[in-house]
Amino acid sequence: MGRCRNTPFMIPAIRVAGVSKCFGATRALDDVSLEIPRGEFFGLLGPNGAGKTTLISALAGLVRPDAGRLAVMGLDVQADYRSARRQLGVVPQELVFDPFFSVRETLRIQSGYFGIRDNDAWIDEILENLDLMPKADANMRTLSGGMKRRVLVAQALVHRPPVIVLDEPTAGVDVELRQTLWRFIRRLNADGHTIVLTTHYLEEAENFCTRIAMLKQGRIVALDSTRNLLRSFSAHALRFRLAGGRLPEPLASAAKEESGLWSLPFDRFDEVAPVLAALRDAGCVLEDLEIGKPDLEEVFVRVMNRAEAA
Amino acid sequence: MSGFSTLLYKEVLRFWKVAFQTVAAPVLTAMLYLLIFSHVLEEHVQVHGVAYSSFLVPGLVMMSVLQNAFANSSSSLIQSKVTGSIVFVLLPPISYPAFWAAYVGAAVIRGLCVGLGVLLVTLWFARLGFEAPAWILVFAILGGGILGTLGVIAGIWADKFDQLAAFQNFLIMPLTFLSGVFYSVHSLPPFWQQVSAWNPVFYMIDGFRYGFFGISDASPWKSLAVVGACFVTLSALTLALLRRGYKLRA
Ligand SMILES: Nc1ncnc2c1ncn2[C@@H]1O[C@H](COP(=O)(O)OP(=O)(O)OP(=O)(O)O)[C@@H](O)[C@H]1O
Ligand SMILES: [Mg+2]
Repeated sequence: MGRCRNTPFMIPAIRVAGVSKCFGATRALDDVSLEIPRGEFFGLLGPNGAGKTTLISALAGLVRPDAGRLAVMGLDVQADYRSARRQLGVVPQELVFDPFFSVRETLRIQSGYFGIRDNDAWIDEILENLDLMPKADANMRTLSGGMKRRVLVAQALVHRPPVIVLDEPTAGVDVELRQTLWRFIRRLNADGHTIVLTTHYLEEAENFCTRIAMLKQGRIVALDSTRNLLRSFSAHALRFRLAGGRLPEPLASAAKEESGLWSLPFDRFDEVAPVLAALRDAGCVLEDLEIGKPDLEEVFVRVMNRAEAA
Repeated sequence: MSGFSTLLYKEVLRFWKVAFQTVAAPVLTAMLYLLIFSHVLEEHVQVHGVAYSSFLVPGLVMMSVLQNAFANSSSSLIQSKVTGSIVFVLLPPISYPAFWAAYVGAAVIRGLCVGLGVLLVTLWFARLGFEAPAWILVFAILGGGILGTLGVIAGIWADKFDQLAAFQNFLIMPLTFLSGVFYSVHSLPPFWQQVSAWNPVFYMIDGFRYGFFGISDASPWKSLAVVGACFVTLSALTLALLRRGYKLRA
């Protein structure tokens, strides 16, 4: 693996090396290093103000880092900025639009900025996939917020970038668009596009991302595959309500209770039967019994708390 | 289509879609100036031996070119900065010289549109010669280019619309009004003649006027040198700012 790194097709989609950025006294990024291989669906998570957007902006050349280097598909975002930007499609977090133009004009102009003319076939495909066709000739001003968000996604895709970065694409977006959007993005990912996603909806990240980085106050506090993160920071749990009886030791001290709902973590499924037997023997009457899967929300909370303690 | 031609096209489309405000309104303003000043002063003033209204027209045309060139690049930039849509031109691989050229190019085109409009309308009121048309074109383009470039600087620098208004009120307006649009500098007291000699806008208007009458306060070659030097200096400054990403890339 280590040896393959140097061959051209092992150049990662994104390489971030030792990047720091301060805004006045705020340390938005603090020595961030990160590699995202091609074809990955990568999640960038963190609380508000963690530095996610700053990192994306540095990749896109909108923010100049104080230290460190960034490369997209092996192209330095400063030294080789024009080639690097061709490789990158960014959906900005802020809902911005140019009020002078219709949806189609906006996309044609955006294509032109990348030096692409006669892009209508691809533009139509994007419009189709994002359910924007009915609004193709509507002025941007007249679109609803969710529609504007779709156009932002479309704008990021006009030049068929191999690397697509979505900064909270589903903030304030209805269920239908979320589903449409994810279907399209997953298809692009299946076609080989690298996807980087930030979101505060952790179940989205859990469902789609194969690897995740968690940022806190400009530092990476966790970076691993989604599976490993779930395994190391969250566990399966037996959840139930007690209709009668009391939890015996040692189960009682291992369990957590929240408004009547008990949660007993376990690692392997063969631990379940003995636990249930012990509960029965202690005279517990169980209600609403279910097995909870590890979830990213729990991982997130634990990672953030651990970072707090460190 | 390259990034440059698209950005130029988009910038032209931006003002052309609202041509009523961006072209027709300034033409009307210039006409009002002409009506009022020429009506009041026609009887009393002759400059360089031409009737005052004839003298005034090229000045008004050039003033319109300059002000609208400045307005175009500066307002477009500040608007897209304030709304955030500036990211659409910052994300693509548009080089900074192309960025500069597109904004300035559109500014010159807007300036020329308005200037032409003013000229056509005022031809009804005043008789004009076209002694040296090449000079007319050269000064209109260079003047528009200078003010378009200044507009890029102001648009990048200003964070709010009122800062832009300050730039316009305290720099652009005094420079244009004290440049001999409404008078020949030879009619000024010596001190103000000296001051005018340091005002680059004076040379733009004087050179432009030479194209019409073949007469001017300064030699057109000297004016060309001053205006050309201004254009090169300001453009170099703007390119340096854009290259550093000044206020555009944090
Ligand atoms: N242009 C700027 N000027 C000053 N401070 C900034 C600027 N951009 C970001 N910051 C600060 O840098 C820090 C990181 O901000 P950033 O936008 O990257 O966070 P984020 O992780 O994207 O948060 P969110 O989830 O709210 O979008 C914050 O403290 C923010 O206030
Ligand atoms: Mg953000």
